[in-house]
Amino acid sequence: MQLTGAQALIKSLEREGVDTIFGLPGGAILPVYDPILDSSIRHILVRHEQGAGHMAEGYALATGKAGVAMVTSGPGATNIVTPIGNAHMDSTPLVVITGQVATAAIGSDAFQECDITGITMGITKHNFLIQSAHEIPRVVAAAFHLATTGRPGPVLIDLPKDVSQSTMEWWYPSSIEELDLPGYHPDVEIDPRAVAHAVELIGLSERPVLYVGGGALKSRANDALLAFAERTNIPVVTTLMARGAFPDSRPQHLGMPGMHGTYSAVTALQKSDLLIALGARFDDRVTGQLSSFATGAKVIHVDIDRAEFNKVRKADVTLQTNVALALLAFDEANATPLNLDVWWKEIRTWQERYPLAYDAPSDDGPLRPQYVIEAIARAAAPGTIVTSGVGQHQMWASQYWQFEEAGTWVNSGGAGTMGFGVPAAIGAKAGRPDRTVWCIDGDGCFQMTAQELVTARSEGIPIKVAILNNAYLGMVRQWQEMFYEERYSEVYLSADLPDYVKWAEAMGCVGLRASNLHEMHEVIARANEINDVPVVIDFRTDSAEKVFPMVASGSSNDEIMVHPSLRGSSR
Amino acid sequence: MSPEPFLGGTDHTPVRHHILSVLVENKAGVLARIAGLFARRGFNIYSLAVAPAEGNARFSRVTIVVDAQSAPLEQIVGQLDKLVNVVAIKDLAPRDAIERELLLATLSVDNINRASVLDVAANTGASIVDVNAQSVTVMLAGTPKACDHLEKALESFAGVELQRTGRVALPRLDQTAMA
Ligand SMILES: Cc1ncc(C[n+]2csc(CCOP(=O)(O)OP(=O)(O)O)c2C)c(N)n1
Ligand SMILES: [Mg+2]
Repeated sequence: MQLTGAQALIKSLEREGVDTIFGLPGGAILPVYDPILDSSIRHILVRHEQGAGHMAEGYALATGKAGVAMVTSGPGATNIVTPIGNAHMDSTPLVVITGQVATAAIGSDAFQECDITGITMGITKHNFLIQSAHEIPRVVAAAFHLATTGRPGPVLIDLPKDVSQSTMEWWYPSSIEELDLPGYHPDVEIDPRAVAHAVELIGLSERPVLYVGGGALKSRANDALLAFAERTNIPVVTTLMARGAFPDSRPQHLGMPGMHGTYSAVTALQKSDLLIALGARFDDRVTGQLSSFATGAKVIHVDIDRAEFNKVRKADVTLQTNVALALLAFDEANATPLNLDVWWKEIRTWQERYPLAYDAPSDDGPLRPQYVIEAIARAAAPGTIVTSGVGQHQMWASQYWQFEEAGTWVNSGGAGTMGFGVPAAIGAKAGRPDRTVWCIDGDGCFQMTAQELVTARSEGIPIKVAILNNAYLGMVRQWQEMFYEERYSEVYLSADLPDYVKWAEAMGCVGLRASNLHEMHEVIARANEINDVPVVIDFRTDSAEKVFPMVASGSSNDEIMVHPSLRGSSR
Repeated sequence: MSPEPFLGGTDHTPVRHHILSVLVENKAGVLARIAGLFARRGFNIYSLAVAPAEGNARFSRVTIVVDAQSAPLEQIVGQLDKLVNVVAIKDLAPRDAIERELLLATLSVDNINRASVLDVAANTGASIVDVNAQSVTVMLAGTPKACDHLEKALESFAGVELQRTGRVALPRLDQTAMA
């Protein structure tokens, strides 16, 4: 069967089981947009290519499948660089297809030419510049294989226009060997000596902690983690990237560690004698000042990526495998710590003395953002997916939403990309139309990518957006208040400009506003009744509210600052 | 490529260097991927030599001398291994490797110093590979140390244009192996 390169590309995507592409056409990718008309694949037309990338990420994080985005060359390609970088930092499986100028024009500064494989070399797991139509099936199959196996990540395919216009005899690789990836071996044999050593360290530990990172979700280790944790009774902390890997409702879960983690999670890591790091990478936002991080702890480091070993923190045992397999191996060897009663008693004291806290909401005054999140969560259907932007609202969402299952928390961790929330929510809802999707957003973040609500409305993707409108780039304001003597520099945004309700309505969404508790409950109930169009709520929250606990950047986790209301004589 | 390659005193090789013999797919952009990785991770390359491996069109061998002080070798190898086009990495500790390098140098000569140039060449084992009335080009294929030596010896001459290839290496043969 003779196909054009463009047809071969779409057919290859169909073969990979792709059901949704997020994209926006242009000259160099034009040939590929024709066969889309005849394909079963749904194409969602975005308003900005950054939106396409974040939607594909939201889709991937909510479904566990690779997200797919397609854009044109030059500015289309550079517009999607931020999501690619974001996916690279968070190991999100993504396949991004960019149009490229014709092969003969490459290198001549042709109209809308840019070296996107060069630009994205450092922020993709791998990228391809296709040379001939015959390669298309192999490259597409290889791209999905690379994006979704081993440590997942973004893969970019650059497709010159003449290649998509030329013809090829259709074929499709039927084995991994045909992908021609001689240097790629994602499956590693689990090392029984490392397992034995890990089991031995666990057996000697009195203050162990399961330090669970994003790799646990990526390797679908929820069940294995629950089984291992329940059997051993070892305390669990889940990082920002791992929220949902272990149910928040379990008393064994101490919450999130790190800069804005719970006191008990942060302190348990600090005082631990054994960190069992599962797909976690000792990010500086978790360790605080490295030299004073968990100084008395031995480390078992489980990761699929061996380059994470000893990169930041020296490990006593390194075990290269996926998290689920490691936990099964530990279970099989009956790895069991010493008696943990004393350890748990200590942890329970911290939890009692320093729970998450905020000032009680008042009936009139501005809303407490934490309370708004709790109210939305209480009224939300089970299994609701939550996305967020980046800033204070993100930290509060992570702290105050109860995550019970994988794929329900979709956020930008490693890169901290403002504007992630709205498009990610659209992508998540496109991938999981059966679920309610809430985006907990900041007013600053919302203004970066809000135009995608036009996409959501026109494509019939009814997400719900809660803007925690504090009239500020709140997280930066918090740092300026605390570390720059309240000298506020370029952080004020205004609560009324833009008018979020009118803006939402102009985009075909329902726009609501709440300035006090009564209105808050009303608009949440109203939003939950609307299931056909997107809803945007402008929650007027207190500008002065700060995120606690907090470990100041670069300082020791021992110097964690709890909420002022909890600061007694000791802290 | 390294901003300060002269870490080893008179010997130009960094004190804690390692030789990585890296088998890569012979595809466009592979060298850029390797160079980019070293640059963005802050690993220093001391020298780098590339050529097709075993006359193979599909693979090339890149011999990279890395400064193991700029980053732990484990990190360098781990990150390099993640490049999809990298097929195999052999870490050759200097004592386990046979290393060779090629040096070419062109010197201005006149009737007064011509004899001493020839002397230096003879003493260091370099050969004369090109000559005209004003200049001579000498060549040495030898150990990096021998090349260092020659380079040092040529310092006293004027108008020297000197080029070294960077080293290539293979594992030292196992002397306990049976015939
Ligand atoms: C693209 C981008 N630019 C700048 C920043 C730095 N930054 C981090 S949080 C933040 C403020 C976010 O403001 P808003 O969305 O209103 O959230 P809030 O902190 O007020 O909840 C800024 C500017 C960033 N993370 N991403
Ligand atoms: Mg704000």
